Amino acid sequence: MEAINIFIKSAFIDNMVFAYFLGMCSFLAVSKKVSTALGLGAAVIFVLTITVPINWLLQEYVLKEGALAWLGSSFETIDLSFLTFIMFIAIIAAMVQLVEMIIEKVSPSLYGSLGIFLPLIAVNCAILGASLFMVQRDYTIVEATAYGSGSGFGWFLAIIALAAIREKLKYSNVPNGLKGLGITMILTGLMGIAFKSFIGIVL
Amino acid sequence: MKFIEDIFAKVRPNFEKGGKWEKFYYIYEAHETLFLVPNSTTGATGVQVRDAIDMKRMMMTVIIAMIPCLLFGIWNAGHQHYLAVGEVAALGDKLLTGAILVVPIIAVSYAVGLGIEFTFATINRHDVNEGFLVTGMLIPLVMPASIPLWQVGLATAFAVIIGKEVFGGTGMNILNVALTARAFLYFAYPSQISGDVWSYIGDGTAVAGFSGATPLAVGAAAVEGTTPMVEMLNNSWSTGLFDFWNMFLGIMPGSIGETSTLMCLIGAAILIGTGVGSWKIIFSVFAGAFVMGTVCNLVGANEYMLLPAQYHLVIGGLAFGAVFMASDPVTATQTETGKWIYGFLIGILTVIIRVFNPAYPEGIMLAILLMNVFAPLIDYYVVAANKKRRLKRATV
Repeated sequence: MEAINIFIKSAFIDNMVFAYFLGMCSFLAVSKKVSTALGLGAAVIFVLTITVPINWLLQEYVLKEGALAWLGSSFETIDLSFLTFIMFIAIIAAMVQLVEMIIEKVSPSLYGSLGIFLPLIAVNCAILGASLFMVQRDYTIVEATAYGSGSGFGWFLAIIALAAIREKLKYSNVPNGLKGLGITMILTGLMGIAFKSFIGIVL
Repeated sequence: MKFIEDIFAKVRPNFEKGGKWEKFYYIYEAHETLFLVPNSTTGATGVQVRDAIDMKRMMMTVIIAMIPCLLFGIWNAGHQHYLAVGEVAALGDKLLTGAILVVPIIAVSYAVGLGIEFTFATINRHDVNEGFLVTGMLIPLVMPASIPLWQVGLATAFAVIIGKEVFGGTGMNILNVALTARAFLYFAYPSQISGDVWSYIGDGTAVAGFSGATPLAVGAAAVEGTTPMVEMLNNSWSTGLFDFWNMFLGIMPGSIGETSTLMCLIGAAILIGTGVGSWKIIFSVFAGAFVMGTVCNLVGANEYMLLPAQYHLVIGGLAFGAVFMASDPVTATQTETGKWIYGFLIGILTVIIRVFNPAYPEGIMLAILLMNVFAPLIDYYVVAANKKRRLKRATV
């Protein structure tokens, strides 16, 4: 039950994009077409669902102060938490490589349209952010998995909604200076207002 | 009518190409089409539609549909004032007091909004659109009667510029403009638009036991307590204020135009009868709220959840939002199946926000804004599903 709550909370209430403004670069850049956004969103869900629990294991059994106690009593005092960032990033990068290989094999057209943004998921701040929030909030492994997939789902919803709006925006008459990223930024802000409907719900 | 035609004929050369006020042609054109039927017709090539309806006619229909709400709102603003200060007043007094409260808000909303519209039309060289005639009336109707006028002006400016003009003007916006204005005020100046601000007290002193709480605020209190909510509503400071039929008629505190479900239904009849509003959206919003209310009853974890589902339809702004905001043809879904999904989700979300979100007593505003964001996505998938279905049929 707790895990379901965390999933809903991270998808809607603490939405990565609208509550924390994380993962904005690919959110703005790859949201021109729904089909592409759908692919990237799915990739982000996948990467988050895998990396957050793996990073949780890493944190719990290697990095945290005293985490190495399972190796023997002489390791009890070792604190490797200064390695947190680099280890987390390494895991994320490895996972993204995996996703890249899968997508290239399964759907070459999606691979082509995602372009540089697929490898860039590795530095998508939403993904590192989720791992770091997970550490901060002392989740168990089940909660961490729920949190990872929930955050991914929230990001996915946000990017496909934006992509659908941008497809519709092709027919509107945006002033020249605002075309492209300018109007998308304003749009993100307005979507943020709408997403505020969930902020404050206590589960 | 002849003399109006003469006036326009006389000033027209000044605005045409080469005239001295050529720049302001679109402003002139807006006034001319307001009074006179345009002379121009579609060229030989182009889409030919044989129908008297154009955007101006459509917008005027919506305004006519809003008039019952507006008149009732004016009366109710006055009525609530005299009720709160404990005086007995005649109908005329109530209307007068209400008008003194409401008319300036409408004036500010129109003045600011139309000022911006005309400026943008002149700079961007496009026609002045009639969309704002509706928005300018909707904005006052979703404000409390006691709202400071400068806030109305600020919110209107924000909504028209950021909500509409940056997307290219009428028909291009993503979020409902009037709700953008209200949401802006709601988050920027919460103290003037939430809490006990719904009855105007003015110079008078409130009667003993007076509380400006709306039924929604009573609901927020019911979450904590153990008294059944219907009982709490019946125990209001003024006898019978929150009786079910009284709330249906709308004789209770709230935003100017939103309180009366009856007047909203009259508006809905006009909109549906003339084919301007979509009955599917209006109906499915009510249905969604009723279904979610029933689900809450079955769960019944607190007193607010046990509130009979039909109460959700008459309290707050659900009816007003369903009739005038959700059915806005620009921001709603365009596909017919999409309309059912869109309206139903608005109804469900409204009740969810009301019951589960202690931060916001009213949910219809945010529910509609949220579904506005998702409307293009719903359309996208309805169209995609349709394509798929027809492809399948074609290959067989």
